[in-house]
Amino acid sequence: MSQSKSASIMDARILVPAIGDAFRKLNPRSLAKNPVMFVVAVVSALTTVLLLKDLVTGGASLGFSFQIVIWLWFTVLFANFAEAVAEGRGKAQAESLRRTRTETQAKLLSGDDRTKFKLVAGTSLKVGDVVIVEAGDIIPSDGEVVEGVASVNEAAITGESAPVIRESGGDRSAVTGGTQVLSDWIKVRITAAAGSTFIDRMIALVEGAERQKTPNEIALNILLAGMTLIFVLATATIPSFASYAGGYIPVIVLVALFVTLIPTTIGALLSAIGIAGMDRLVRFNVLAMSGRAVEAAGDVDTLLLDKTGTITLGNRQATELRPVRNVTEQELADAAQLASLADETPEGRSIVVLAKDKYAIRARDMASLHATFVPFTAQSRMSGVDLDGSSIRKGAVEAVLRHVDLGTVATGSTRASGETVREIQAIADEISKAGGTPLAVVRDGRLLGVIHLKDIVKGGIKERFAELRRMGIRTVMITGDNPMTAAAIAAEAGVDDFLAQATPENKLSLIREEQAKGKLVAMCGDGTNDAPALAQADVGVAMNTGTVAAREAGNMIDLDSDPTKLVEIVEIGKQLLMTRGALTTFSIANDIAKYFAIIPAMFLAFYPQLGALNVMGLQTPQSAILSAIIFNALIIVALIPLSLKGVKYRAVGAGALLSRNLLIYGLGGIIVPFVGIKAIDMAITAIGLV
Amino acid sequence: MTLNGMTLNGMTLNGWLQILVFCGIIIALVKPLGGYMTRVFNGDRTFLSPVLRPIERGLYRLAGTSEREDQHWTAYAAGMLFFNLAGFLVLYLLQRLQGSLPFNPEGMAAVGPELAFNTAASFVTNTNWQNYGGESTMSYLTQMVGLAVQNFVSAATGIAVAVALIRGFARASGKSIGNFWVDMTRSTLYVLLPLCIVLTMAYVALGVPQTLGAYVSATTLEGAQQSIAVGPVASQLAIKMLGTNGGGFFNANSAHPFENPDAISNLIQMVSIFAIGAAMTNVFGRMVGNQRQGWAILSTMGVLFLAGVAVCYWAEAAGNPLVHALGLEGGNMEGKEVRFGIPLSALFAVITTAASCGAVNAMHGSFTALGGLIPLINMELGEVVIGGVGAGFYGILLFVVLAIFVAGLMVGRTPEYLGKKIEAKEVKMAVLAILCLPGVMLTFTAISVVLPSAVASVGNAGPHGFSEILYAYTSAAANNGSAFGGLSGNTPWFNITIGLAMLIGRFMIIIPALAIAGSLVTKKTVPASAGTFPTDGVLFVGLLVGVILIVGGLTFFPALALGPIVEHFAMIQSQTF
Repeated sequence: MSQSKSASIMDARILVPAIGDAFRKLNPRSLAKNPVMFVVAVVSALTTVLLLKDLVTGGASLGFSFQIVIWLWFTVLFANFAEAVAEGRGKAQAESLRRTRTETQAKLLSGDDRTKFKLVAGTSLKVGDVVIVEAGDIIPSDGEVVEGVASVNEAAITGESAPVIRESGGDRSAVTGGTQVLSDWIKVRITAAAGSTFIDRMIALVEGAERQKTPNEIALNILLAGMTLIFVLATATIPSFASYAGGYIPVIVLVALFVTLIPTTIGALLSAIGIAGMDRLVRFNVLAMSGRAVEAAGDVDTLLLDKTGTITLGNRQATELRPVRNVTEQELADAAQLASLADETPEGRSIVVLAKDKYAIRARDMASLHATFVPFTAQSRMSGVDLDGSSIRKGAVEAVLRHVDLGTVATGSTRASGETVREIQAIADEISKAGGTPLAVVRDGRLLGVIHLKDIVKGGIKERFAELRRMGIRTVMITGDNPMTAAAIAAEAGVDDFLAQATPENKLSLIREEQAKGKLVAMCGDGTNDAPALAQADVGVAMNTGTVAAREAGNMIDLDSDPTKLVEIVEIGKQLLMTRGALTTFSIANDIAKYFAIIPAMFLAFYPQLGALNVMGLQTPQSAILSAIIFNALIIVALIPLSLKGVKYRAVGAGALLSRNLLIYGLGGIIVPFVGIKAIDMAITAIGLV
Repeated sequence: MTLNGMTLNGMTLNGWLQILVFCGIIIALVKPLGGYMTRVFNGDRTFLSPVLRPIERGLYRLAGTSEREDQHWTAYAAGMLFFNLAGFLVLYLLQRLQGSLPFNPEGMAAVGPELAFNTAASFVTNTNWQNYGGESTMSYLTQMVGLAVQNFVSAATGIAVAVALIRGFARASGKSIGNFWVDMTRSTLYVLLPLCIVLTMAYVALGVPQTLGAYVSATTLEGAQQSIAVGPVASQLAIKMLGTNGGGFFNANSAHPFENPDAISNLIQMVSIFAIGAAMTNVFGRMVGNQRQGWAILSTMGVLFLAGVAVCYWAEAAGNPLVHALGLEGGNMEGKEVRFGIPLSALFAVITTAASCGAVNAMHGSFTALGGLIPLINMELGEVVIGGVGAGFYGILLFVVLAIFVAGLMVGRTPEYLGKKIEAKEVKMAVLAILCLPGVMLTFTAISVVLPSAVASVGNAGPHGFSEILYAYTSAAANNGSAFGGLSGNTPWFNITIGLAMLIGRFMIIIPALAIAGSLVTKKTVPASAGTFPTDGVLFVGLLVGVILIVGGLTFFPALALGPIVEHFAMIQSQTF
């Protein structure tokens, strides 16, 4: 899929087949989905019949009628073309996905023994079957790892070639059909039947095959159909008015007026805008399960963001060493570094680095020190080293204090003085308040001090949140930390609110609370315990690395598993709605100029006084009408790139955004056709078309 | 230099000062009247409660209604339709049977069936289109029990519907939009009746007749006998203006010296046409908890109104070049009363057509082409510039729904107004309502102009005759009731079709409006944020003006081009019709 990212809008590979599709879409059944264009097609057919009749009976101004009919059909074809181009981009992606869905053999297990399997066709697998997938095998269908651990190449769906780990239990147990196991083996319980796998759904989504009209699109279609009806009334009553005045208006002229007045521009581009919106997400490696979700993204009022990985870097880092009285920083740094030498966690490494950078203590080699590493256990909640008869431990403050107490009882040595304990606790409290995590360090029962582990807020995230605030979106940080720590990080990151000591239950109730206030909530999650919240949220983005439950609960899946993408998803949703609004406004505003082109031309024969309305100074009535209809058709083509790319969203607040867009698409929509029609009039008169 | 000495194209500073004084009075009335009406419709105590509350409660007991019982929109609409149907039948029968009913000193005969249908439809729909001369057709009983009662309740119906729609925005996650019977009773009892009593007194003091006696006989200077029509004029006049009904006691309406004696009575009449409609915007602002929202709507109306006044006044003051060529200076005084002059006639014409009133103090058919174009446009926009009491407000909210839906998308959110999301159902209903006006106006005009029997009723040739028919159906469907003159509308064809146009133009807008209220009231109110499109500023006003002009106005461009517009260009080229 990565190669399709580079496909530009004006790619010949998309444009050429789209021309063929534009004709194929003349099928009335496909036209009927779009009320405005359907009406245009009907009147085009009508005028074609009239033209043929005139050809036989020898009517007047056949050349003019012929050109009008041609441009009427072009209007329909251009609309079809726009849709075909939008779909074409999806089709290219679907094609590359289909290649991964080759026929696979599955090793179906009958019992627990993983060597006893029979080869069956991948498509014959049923939900609940358990298969074994070994190194080099393609995973036959979507499923959940029930046993084993393996590295899997998921490039087929993510475009990312670095292998990922999939293992049973936990949050990395989901595997996707079509991806390849690179090493080791896993037992997979099948969770999707053939035809409804993740890749199948992806293909359907990017092809737009299952595209349903979204709520806003339905409402807009109603408006456009209503406006079409209004202009049916406005034009259908003209012959009668004209006959009262003693004049006659040819049907072809009425049709031309009608087609230019009805909102063909937005009518033609509406479905292309919708398809392009989904496509923009796909290019962004996010799959929206429905267009409704994309629209909802634009409406989001509250964004729930996990602290770790989204707001802060995944790992905390040591930033400071706080010795107790009578201990030097150097002494503490030495002990802290020794205790962390064998600690491969990012926190541990950051302590070694801090000691080296700030206190010039070079990292030492465990082996040459004859040190033995004491790893972290859930029981002791400490780690450290034993060397030369002395023991150094670092760990959670309570754990270290308990260790000191126990040690005192066991060895009968002097108790840690109450004063030192109080001092350690005071420092720990201070660090907690600042949003950090304190780690106490003890050497041979002697409390040395505290390491300050700090959550590092990601660079630029504060600006991001300020931008969201300008967009009118409230950000809420979700964290398992205690309220004190959470508050400090929330302040540093600039989020509007936080939920501390979060559990799946209070996460869910927070979403419900926000929704009760009428707000739309977006969140992302990956774990099974996120599933209820993901399902409850209006926009639930499941990480592709997440569990099957999470992926099914969300209405979007992020293939890159990058939770910060929520912000862009919201922007894409807004862009989709804005593009629709902008082109609708433009389309309606265009009508003013078209009236001024056609009305004087239409009535000039019997009311020459109305020539005064010909403010554009168009050459002849015929050139005026033809110019209007040509402009009307060409503007569709001219706006295809905009409808595919979308109107740019700027986080400047709704008022400023609206005045800007109103100026461009409203005022612009009034002025552009005056210029355009005049130019076309000059051109067609110059080359003698009329 | 005197104030009258400074002129611009015939317009005088004095003329503009009179227009501005009028605007100033309306703006000053908006808050107090709006505050009072809000209390009334919220069921709060007002200074009139000690007197009116017992009457109100008595009425509910009599009718067996519980004022606490709120209605779903369908029940509200059903009550409204039932009430109006009953009123329609009573009015029809009164006219048909007036010959044998009391209070008929002049012995008026029964009204014919088509005319009775037309008049019943006309007064039930708050249109007051009159295909008859009041003083020569209707008995006192018909005028008072029939027409005057409908003048009250049709106005009250409009106000009730507007309040119900406002509740749709103001309430959240509910089901009911109020009780039609209660809203109806309160608008009549607390709003229309007290104001009418005060206004009647004022008119009587200014010399408007108020009597149940027979017409006065006088001997003229030449010694001829003349019967001078009088009657309960002042009370009729009060509600005709306040309720934007417009049906005159006399055929000449407010151009008649008994129905509008001087400049002061003229000012009071103009103010009372706009008072409730303008205050409705404030009721809205208060009910949704932000008065600025109301002012924004009023500003939109104000912009459209002043633009109309400017064009109309300018066109009338500039006069007719053909007359100037004959050596006659000055503006167009044809069809105008000398005691009002050009500015007050132009102002009155714009007010009465902006507000769906239809009372006139000058003959619109005698205006210049452009001067007459403004009243037409006002009505074609759907009477949303202040509009009929209540009706103008729910009318403009339909345009708000459309404007918000189209432009609201451009801020990148599902469009919302006052925290309520505008979705398919609202758009469908708004489009339906907005579609029905041009549907009725253009279709009936299109049929009539090719129907020989209908064309025979036209008084003038060419585009002016066309304008007469277009004006008639436009005025009817917009529930305005003013006429362009020249057209003899009392024929079976016009009586029936104009009657239908009035009914469609009224109820095919009310029902969608109530449906929108019913849909909105169930929705949650989304709190406003920086991402919400602000609807209380200049931007919104500009947008709404644009949408009203484009959606409401463009529909009629071809028809207008063949009527007043071509007439205007013809006039410039020295041709009249």
